[in-house]
Amino acid sequence: MGAIYRREVGAFFSSSIAYIFLAVFYIFSGFFFTLNNIAVGSTNLSGVFSTLFFISIFLIPILTMRLFSEEKKQRTEQGLLTAPVSLNGIVLGKYFAALTIFVIAVSIIFIYGFILSLYGTVAWLTLFANYLAIILVGSAFIAVGLFISSLTENQLVAAIGGIVCLAMLFLIDVVASFVKIDWLQSLLYDLSFYTRYYEFTCGIFNLSSVLFYLSTAVLFNFFTVRVFEKRRWS
Amino acid sequence: MIEVKNLTKHYGDKKAVNDISFTVNDGEILGFLGPNGAGKSTTMNMLTGYISSTSGQALINGVDILEDPIKAKSFIGYLPEIPPLYVDMTVYAYLNFMFDLKKCKLPRRSHLKDVMTLCKIIDVENRLIKNLSKGYKQRVGLAQALINNPPVLILDEPTVGLDPKQIIEIRTLIKRLGKNHTVILSSHILSEIQAVCDRVIIINHGVISADDTATNLSNKVSTDHRIIARIDGQKAEVLQAIRAIKGIKYVRADMEREKNIYDFEIEAEPGIDIRRDINKIAREHNWDILLLKTMEMTLEDIFLKITMGETVQMKGEEK
Repeated sequence: MGAIYRREVGAFFSSSIAYIFLAVFYIFSGFFFTLNNIAVGSTNLSGVFSTLFFISIFLIPILTMRLFSEEKKQRTEQGLLTAPVSLNGIVLGKYFAALTIFVIAVSIIFIYGFILSLYGTVAWLTLFANYLAIILVGSAFIAVGLFISSLTENQLVAAIGGIVCLAMLFLIDVVASFVKIDWLQSLLYDLSFYTRYYEFTCGIFNLSSVLFYLSTAVLFNFFTVRVFEKRRWS
Repeated sequence: MIEVKNLTKHYGDKKAVNDISFTVNDGEILGFLGPNGAGKSTTMNMLTGYISSTSGQALINGVDILEDPIKAKSFIGYLPEIPPLYVDMTVYAYLNFMFDLKKCKLPRRSHLKDVMTLCKIIDVENRLIKNLSKGYKQRVGLAQALINNPPVLILDEPTVGLDPKQIIEIRTLIKRLGKNHTVILSSHILSEIQAVCDRVIIINHGVISADDTATNLSNKVSTDHRIIARIDGQKAEVLQAIRAIKGIKYVRADMEREKNIYDFEIEAEPGIDIRRDINKIAREHNWDILLLKTMEMTLEDIFLKITMGETVQMKGEEK
C-alpha cells in the first residue's frame, strides 16, 4: 500500500493534475472567501465552507478520474494485480493518495482564518469542526469517484460519471423536499450528504454524521475491491 | 517449481484453456508454443494470479495461487504481453516503485543497479519511459520482472518488437537466467523456443498437443527418407535415374545452385533409406555428388504437423 500511495501522490504532481486541482480549488474558494468575508467584513467562514461542498462535487471526480481507468487503459493494472499485494492495499493506496491532495487543498482554510484573525475574532473551534466535516465529505466523495474510475477505462467517462453521481447525492435533498410520504422523506433526509454537512457549517458536531461519511467511504472502497474481484473471477 | 493440474478457463461458452496439466522443474526453461489465440497468455495469466481459473489448480513452489495469492505471487516475476509500464515515470523511479511494491528486502541501490545492468538499461535510467523505444521498453519490462530475484520467471512473448540483435541478447539473457530460475516462456516464433528452451509444450485450441524436449520432438519424426542431393549431371537424366529407384515418392529439381547443377529434393516411402541407391546410380553414370543431406524437420514442420494433425483428427471425430 505504501508503494502505491507514494507513486500516486508523485503521479498527481508529475501529471500536473494536482496543480490544476489545487489552482481551481483555490481560485473558487478564494473568490467566495473574498465575497463572503473580505467584502462584507465578516469573520464567519460558514459561507465559504458551504461553497467548498459544491466545489468538491465538481473537482473530486477530476482528482479520481485517472486512478483506475488509466491503469486499465495502459495495462499497468496487470503489474499491480500480479504483484504480492492485496486488493485492499491497491485500492486504499490510491484512495489515500487522492485524499492527501484533497486535504492539502482544504487546508487553505487555515490561511483564510489567519487573515481574518488579523481583523477580528475567529471561532477557531467551529473552523476546526468545519475543516473536519469537509474532509469527511471529501473522503466519502473520493471513495465514490474511485469506484466509478474502476468501472471504466476512459478518464473522461470516469470524470463525468463521478460528477453526475456526486451531484445526485447532493440532489437527494431536492428530491426529499418534493416527497410527500413522511417515512420516505425522512429516510432521504437521513441519506442527505448536504443536510448533514450543513449542520457542521452551523457549528453542530454530530457524531452520527461522522459515522455516515466514514461508512460511505468504507462502503465504496469495498465496492471498488469487489469490482476487481469480480473481474478476476469472471 | 510449477505444478499445473487440470487447469481450465472458460470465457462464457468459449473454452480458452481446457484441462491442461504439466510440471516445470527448478532450473528448467519451458517453452510455450502455439499460434495466436491458442491460450498461452490465458494460461500465464492464471499462473500469475491475474485471472482466476474456472477449475483446476496451479501451484507455485507448492503454494496454490488462488489460496495464498500474495505468497505465491512473491515467487513470480511476470512480464505480460504488454509490459505494465507507467510511461510518465523515469526508468529508475519505476523500478524503484516495483521494488517497493514487491516488498523487496535486498539492498535497494545495488539490486536495482544489478537488474538494470543485466537488462542493459543502465544508460537510460533517468529517461522517461514514454520516450524509450519499443526494445528498451521491453527490457524495462523484463527488469521489472527480475526485481526481488524471484525463483520463477514467466515471460509472455519477451522478444516481440525487438530487432534481431536485441532478440539474440534477450535470448542469451534468458538462457543465463534459466540456470538458477524456473522459466516459462511463450512464443509463436519456433526458432526462438528451439534456441532457448529445454522443453517445449505445444498448445493449440486450449489443449496441450505435445509436451517433450525439443530434440525428442524432432526425433519423433524420422527424416531419413527425405533428402536433398546436389548432383553434377544432366538434369533430365538424373531425374529419370532417381525415379527408377524403388520406393521413390517424388523427386523435384527446382533449384539451380551452380551452373547446370541442380539440387534434387527426393522423398521416398517412409522407412526406406535411399542414400546408398543414390550413390550407386551416381557411380554408374559417373556423376559427382556434391552434397547429400537429409531434410531435417524443423520445429516449424513438427508444429504444423502436430497442430494440423490435430484438426484433421478432430474433424474425423466429428464425423
